[in-house]
Amino acid sequence: MSNTLILLVILGLGVLGFFAGRARAMATAEGDRRNLHSLPNYYGANTALNAVVPAAVALAVWLIVQPFIINNSVSDMIDQGAIAEGSSLGLIMSDVRRVAEGLDVAVAQGAMTEQDASDMQTGFTDVRERLAEVGVALGSGVSAETLLAAQRYREMAWTGNWLKTFAVIAIAVGGLVLTWRVITRDYRARNVVEKGVLTVLILAASIAILTTVGIVLSLIFNTYEFFKLYPAADFFFGLNWSPSFSGRGQSSQLGILPLLWGTLYISFIALVVAVPIGLFAAIYLSEYASKSVRAVAKPMLEVLAGIPTIVYGLFALLTVGPLLVDVFGEGGMLGVNWMSGGTAVMTAGLVMGMMLIPFVSSLSDDIINAVPQAMRDGSLGLGATHSETVRQVIIPAALPGIVGAILLAASRAIGETMIVVLGAGAAARLSLNPFDAMTTVTAKIVSQLTGDSDFSSPVALVAFALGISLFVVTLGLNVFALYIVRKYREQYE
Amino acid sequence: MSDATTDMSGGKSAPAAHGSLLSESPLMKKRNAAEARFKMYGLLAIVIGLVFLIFLVVSILRNGLPAFTQTVVNVEFTLTQEQFDEAESKMLKTAAYTEYFVNDVTQTLQQRGLDVDFDGDTIERVMGKVGGDLRTFYRENPDQIGQPVEFELSAASRVDRYLQGQLTRDMVVDGRFLEVADLDLVDALAEAGIIGSAFDWNFITGTDTGVDNPGGAGIGASVIGSFFMMMVVLLLSLPIGVAASIYLEEFAPKNRWTDLIEVNISNLAAVPSIVFGILGLAVFIQFAHLPQSAPLVGGLVLTLMTLPTIVISTRASLKSVPPSIRDAALGVGASKMQSVFHHVLPLAMPGILTGTIIGLAQALGETAPLLLIGMVGYVAREYPDGLVSGLLDPNSAMPAQIYTWAARSDEAFFEKAWGGIIILMIFLLTMNIIAIILRRKFERRW
Repeated sequence: MSNTLILLVILGLGVLGFFAGRARAMATAEGDRRNLHSLPNYYGANTALNAVVPAAVALAVWLIVQPFIINNSVSDMIDQGAIAEGSSLGLIMSDVRRVAEGLDVAVAQGAMTEQDASDMQTGFTDVRERLAEVGVALGSGVSAETLLAAQRYREMAWTGNWLKTFAVIAIAVGGLVLTWRVITRDYRARNVVEKGVLTVLILAASIAILTTVGIVLSLIFNTYEFFKLYPAADFFFGLNWSPSFSGRGQSSQLGILPLLWGTLYISFIALVVAVPIGLFAAIYLSEYASKSVRAVAKPMLEVLAGIPTIVYGLFALLTVGPLLVDVFGEGGMLGVNWMSGGTAVMTAGLVMGMMLIPFVSSLSDDIINAVPQAMRDGSLGLGATHSETVRQVIIPAALPGIVGAILLAASRAIGETMIVVLGAGAAARLSLNPFDAMTTVTAKIVSQLTGDSDFSSPVALVAFALGISLFVVTLGLNVFALYIVRKYREQYE
Repeated sequence: MSDATTDMSGGKSAPAAHGSLLSESPLMKKRNAAEARFKMYGLLAIVIGLVFLIFLVVSILRNGLPAFTQTVVNVEFTLTQEQFDEAESKMLKTAAYTEYFVNDVTQTLQQRGLDVDFDGDTIERVMGKVGGDLRTFYRENPDQIGQPVEFELSAASRVDRYLQGQLTRDMVVDGRFLEVADLDLVDALAEAGIIGSAFDWNFITGTDTGVDNPGGAGIGASVIGSFFMMMVVLLLSLPIGVAASIYLEEFAPKNRWTDLIEVNISNLAAVPSIVFGILGLAVFIQFAHLPQSAPLVGGLVLTLMTLPTIVISTRASLKSVPPSIRDAALGVGASKMQSVFHHVLPLAMPGILTGTIIGLAQALGETAPLLLIGMVGYVAREYPDGLVSGLLDPNSAMPAQIYTWAARSDEAFFEKAWGGIIILMIFLLTMNIIAIILRRKFERRW
């Protein structure tokens, strides 16, 4: 039976269980619900949950475990010595699976009988041709051993599927009957159901941890693979970035330093734009602006934060880049020739700075507003002007929070992808000229992993090593920033 | 205090001479000037920010609006029965139709005193395969033969750009797509008022084309792709996010495990989106063998990204429900679970929905993770046919489609990319306005 059908049967049993459990509860209570411990629906829900949940869990576990078991026992059939040069057990096993799936398709389409499929021998039939008839293309001819293994594979899968169907439905029926039998008028059905719901809530909350674990594991495993193929010291201290696809990427030079330089340079320019503008905007909005100005200007600035980064990317590539070339490029307004193409550190940095303005301004705004009014009053009372108060009292008091905000903005800038993919260029280089095209860690992660890359060459795997570096840096900045902000907040609360 | 009194009595440091309160001392002047400057800096910063915003919006609109119009040629054309029979009997049937069309247009132009020399190839370069279109039309509608029929033919994208002034005669290189001489015909048509512009519905409803037909590219299929992704995000992240927030806000004991969860959620909110893309690639595609470029995978990745946003806003709105509601429910005998699900959750619902819509809007514009799960290399040529195909078949999504167009070398696609951004922004604006209305209408101050 197909998995969908099994699932439907389980759910059907659940519905049945609900009504059966409810009916039994009402029967034990002599038809008066006031005699029951819980509301009647809780008895029904309890029965239904006990029928559905264990069976569904069993089904899920079975679906994960069965392929492993079959794989192991079938790969034992393949003679280790028979594996050809340049091939591997994994490749042969994927051949076996393909043939087995092909046979399934052929049987399903009626091109073969079940008997044919399991008795077929390479000596008598051209398996490849017969499978091609039903639209399953095989890369190479099928050896006798592969076909035998495939037939064994199908056989085991067939037995496994029937066992699975029986086991899962038996568990569902068992859960239903057992729960149904224990129902009495004093049975605490509500407590049991609520415990179940609480478990679901805990599981949902744990998904956050699962995601982090998933991120860390997927990065670490692939990075480990990468460092088996490429020395870690060369990656962290190499000054050259030139991936080469010849010889399965063995001749590439994959040093992270040029990318890191590009990332930091662009982030630096972005912060040079965003921090003064954002900070002054925050000071003006919280200290000087009238209520009506604030009501208009603050949301307008925050619109900048809600615009998707792809829009900024396109804006950098098609508007800001050409504009900068008109000014700084050859024959431009300044008469200098510093810039040869629209994509440059300056382009990406300026646009990223625009994007970060609301980030800096709204965080700083909150922090400046959190400085107690008594400090302002004290300073003004001593005769300081408003700006002197801001510079000498408020900013020093808010400084840890502002530093935190700037660090958060820096972490955003380092992790930003679309603006640099479109606006910064593709060439990795160590240069001081802000009008040169440079590239960043994020842009290279995209370019190494886009398209049909194969995950066994260092050229693709390097993206994971870049990813883990990025993850560690941004996480470190965030944790540090939150630590500073939190420590500061404690002073006034 | 004692220091101050000794100072006062000693009178060692003589106070500076006080001038009149009505006239500013030089120092005061300086300080007031600094004050004015400081205030100016603040105002300037706000103005710069707003100028950036206006510059961005203007550049989106200026570059994107042309994508919604299309140059069309309106020609009245009559085909007689004899012409039809004659054309159908020829070897090169479409060429015959093209010839009739050329004669017709030449006549029309001559009637208005314009004389241009052109042939079927010119027509094909300027308006596409007219002969074939005419033939299909008359074969499908034989009753229209002998009557004047108004044809609206869409012009090639290069003609489009020529008429908008983006392409000048000097820039045209003779080639397969357009020759300089063809522009004489375009000018004549423009003078005769035959050529005009119409709203390009194809851009909204159409699908992406290959690299050599920028004029026909539309964003429709990728809107559907985005729609399916948002469905996945909504169906997964709303229940999971709400369940997680209820646990953390209402039930969680203060222990290491819940601390760990809280730290994780706040950190995940700050992880760069590209890292989520790597996670999606490694877990959903490499490990679980889900299909590449599928909206389902995109939806799963975006769900993980959106969860922290939804959890944070849901917890805020659960927190804003006053404890008296919970106490009242508990007081009349509800269990803790019942008080939460029957009373607190419904009251917090408007806030939760607002947060969800804002989270969805964020997810809708997110591009970087989609690049890694293969949504960019794919040319979305057709609509999915059904729910399962919509989830599992390769498709594009709005931001991925915009990126694809921006990355193509043909400049004609840039206009499409800007146009796509306008559509994306309309969706985002609508979602945010709905969120604001929800908040205004249902938000309760306790």
